[in-house]
Amino acid sequence: MAVCIAVIAKENYPLFIRSVPVQNELKFHYTVHTSLDVVEEKISAVGKAMADQRELYLGLLYPTEDYKVYGYVTNSKVKFVIVVDSSNTSLRDNEIRSMFRKLHNSFTDVMCNPFYNPGDTIQSKAFDSIVSAMMVQAS
Amino acid sequence: MESLTLTDVEQKYYSDLFVYCDTDNTKKVASNGKVLDLFRAAQLPSEVVLQITELCGATRLGHFGRSQFYIALKLIAVAQSGLPLRVESLNSVKDLPLPRFVVAKNEQEARHTAMYPDLENQGPYQGVIPRPPGRGQVKKVSAHEVIQPCPDTTSPVVSPHQSPPTSPHAWRKHKRQASGGNVERPPVVVAGAVWTPFREVQSGPVVVGDGMWSAHSPPPVQESWVILSQLFQRIVSICYFPLNVSLCSNEIQRQSSSGYDDPWKITDEQRQYYINQFKTIQPDLNGFIPGSAAKEFFTKSKLPILELSHIWELSDFDKDGALTLDEFCAAFHLVVARKNGYDLPEKLPESLMPKLIDLDDSAEVPDQAPDVGYSGSPVEVTPNKSPMPSLNQTWPDLNQGNEQWETFSERSSSSQTLTQFDSNIAPADPDTAIVHPVPIRMTPSKIHMQEMELKRTGSDHTHPTSPLMAKPPELSEETKLATSMKFVTANSGDGYSSSDSYTSDQDPITSVVTRQRSNSGTSPEGLKVAAAPPPPPPRPNASHSRSSSLDMNRNFAAHPTGPQQSGVVACPPAIPPRPLPTQTSGPHSGHRSDEGLAAHSTTSPQQIPEQPNFADFSQFQAFAASDQPSDDGEKLCVLCSQVEKSTEGAGPLRTVKIDNQEERAAATVNSAKGSIMAPPPKPVRRRLKSEDELQDEALPPKSNVIATVLATLPSIPRSVGKDKKAIQASIRRNKETNTVLARLNSELQQQLKDLLEERISLEVQLEQLRPFSHL
Repeated sequence: MAVCIAVIAKENYPLFIRSVPVQNELKFHYTVHTSLDVVEEKISAVGKAMADQRELYLGLLYPTEDYKVYGYVTNSKVKFVIVVDSSNTSLRDNEIRSMFRKLHNSFTDVMCNPFYNPGDTIQSKAFDSIVSAMMVQAS
Repeated sequence: MESLTLTDVEQKYYSDLFVYCDTDNTKKVASNGKVLDLFRAAQLPSEVVLQITELCGATRLGHFGRSQFYIALKLIAVAQSGLPLRVESLNSVKDLPLPRFVVAKNEQEARHTAMYPDLENQGPYQGVIPRPPGRGQVKKVSAHEVIQPCPDTTSPVVSPHQSPPTSPHAWRKHKRQASGGNVERPPVVVAGAVWTPFREVQSGPVVVGDGMWSAHSPPPVQESWVILSQLFQRIVSICYFPLNVSLCSNEIQRQSSSGYDDPWKITDEQRQYYINQFKTIQPDLNGFIPGSAAKEFFTKSKLPILELSHIWELSDFDKDGALTLDEFCAAFHLVVARKNGYDLPEKLPESLMPKLIDLDDSAEVPDQAPDVGYSGSPVEVTPNKSPMPSLNQTWPDLNQGNEQWETFSERSSSSQTLTQFDSNIAPADPDTAIVHPVPIRMTPSKIHMQEMELKRTGSDHTHPTSPLMAKPPELSEETKLATSMKFVTANSGDGYSSSDSYTSDQDPITSVVTRQRSNSGTSPEGLKVAAAPPPPPPRPNASHSRSSSLDMNRNFAAHPTGPQQSGVVACPPAIPPRPLPTQTSGPHSGHRSDEGLAAHSTTSPQQIPEQPNFADFSQFQAFAASDQPSDDGEKLCVLCSQVEKSTEGAGPLRTVKIDNQEERAAATVNSAKGSIMAPPPKPVRRRLKSEDELQDEALPPKSNVIATVLATLPSIPRSVGKDKKAIQASIRRNKETNTVLARLNSELQQQLKDLLEERISLEVQLEQLRPFSHL
């Protein structure tokens, strides 16, 4: 159950970002932005072996006191970032992985849409629904 | 405006027209353009139109609200019936015929009475029922020629439905040519959006369904039916099809009788039309329409991209970026619905879902056509797809199932590779002939020219140019090791090779050059190489090297018996470079000899092209007679003179500058090479002297260096002119201080040399004494 989900393009601008507590959106935007540095560091760590050997799931990027940030990068350098609440201890790594997998699949579907220009913000309703399903139910 | 009372018919009609004009889909305001078009179609004089507009209040408001629009329509009817336009007449006139709107094609107009509001050949307009929410009430109107005058109408077409609140999905095909008989009050709506491209696309052959869709009058029972607007049917053959009418009416009745039908159901006619459209893009009904083609096709509908994107999401069931026939029909249907103003569903309606292909059935059996659809689902169909009720039609050409499977497999694999398509961004292409990096600097053109020269020259040698170029590190090592050799033959490459501080690739090149030269010993080659590239700007080090070589020459000449220095070069610089290495082959106190040789060699080749016959010998001999302390200076002077001669093109000032450069460069080179004995600044004085020599071409007296300097001094201003005297004087002063320091430097270096010699001797003694120590 994510608190914030973001899709960042290859050029490091957001294609999609949604957070559940809407009032704190800016904070999550900032968090996602700072997590990009960690993502870059992780994907540049694999030097000689190109994307073939690189794991898509990056794992926990960094934890803060309030929440944890997980990262995932596709082969086309599109990054997914999920921010989850730290208090949600029941969330296991596998669940995060499955969330990323679903995100990736729905992102692929968005890409398949010929009316979607790569680089545009994602406005697909199907994608929205998938994301909403993954987000924490706002109280 | 007073309130307008409209009859029911009028109400319906007006609302239809309003929706037609409501291209912006605001439901409140009719777009001005459309309204004006409509009014023009009423064939009223323009001033009347203006009057009407004014009366209805639109000019006041600036736009056509619904009430204004209705008033205007009523006024048009008033005007058309010949009554004077007055606001009062709005409500007073009874039994006012509905306003008529005509357009270019007036074929059917004649058939239409004034009562009949719906002329197919008009610009599309239609009545709009209050939109039933969520219900896919789509109208189908064939308004082919009607649309032509207004090719871009996009207003949705919805017919009013009256009696059943839950309007069943009734497909009414509205023929362009209203059959004269069916003049029914309820306005039958004519085509909404027409996609002219569709008509263009359609090749002409009209499917049977077309006939059904050709214009026909609304069935008598229209009032309760929702009319689906057929947008894009080309009606080539204009004919009356009462049969069609009956068919339609039957169909509508059937539909109505079935109660609340699925509003998204595609009728046979529609499906046939869709199939035709599919064929225009993809002749093979079992094949797929790629996403790009579908995008173009649906973009013609002029729906916003966002909606088209949503439609695509709904209809591309297997998410593979291509549309099967089923998916295409679903998409088309959704587009039609959207164009008629119905909201898109959140998820695909069941009736639009593509069928799964029953894998167990042998696809070749056509009998299974009803149950087998051209669903896009490949073998790996996702479990959430449920088989849908079969379509009404049977699909032909089912026995191409094999290819279908193949295509599916391709599709599935392609979809799986979608996420990995970037994994091979940088494939190791063995064909790219990147065997090993060759550090060749490509930018300097002169290097290119040198390479060209090398290639030219290299053909004569055993060394192919490519390995030469490919082994710069080795060459650079050679450079370091055999600087003297290189300097011997470096001609114009002096500028490159005179010091290690130069660019490494220049060094290898020149080293190559020198190596070639040394190997072949053909000075013409060196000359050629020298001549081909543009001469580099005179570098200080070059001059320094020259000066150092001059030093060496002087030293050697001064100490012909000196084991260390003299053995290096005994020959006059006039000798071609090749023999010089031979002369320098003798081992000497390391650097100095090399330096001297290098310097000497650098100078000599430089001087060769410029002054092959500079009489250095005479200068050396002349200097040799001078006393030791001044030897260095004199030798430097000689060197300088040589340098001067080599650069005699420059004026005295320039030479002076070169002197300065030589001083500094010589100092640096000294430090780099570590053992240049003759300080370059010394030649400064000598240079002046040599300038004098140059000018006078006479050997100055050598006993007194200073005297010579002084001698040269006046010569300069004499030659240059009074103007530069002051500058030259200051320069001379500076140079004198320089020379003093340089002399000090040279003396210290001399002491260093002595100390080194002592050290060597002491070490030798130590060695001799060592056995005694062991005793």
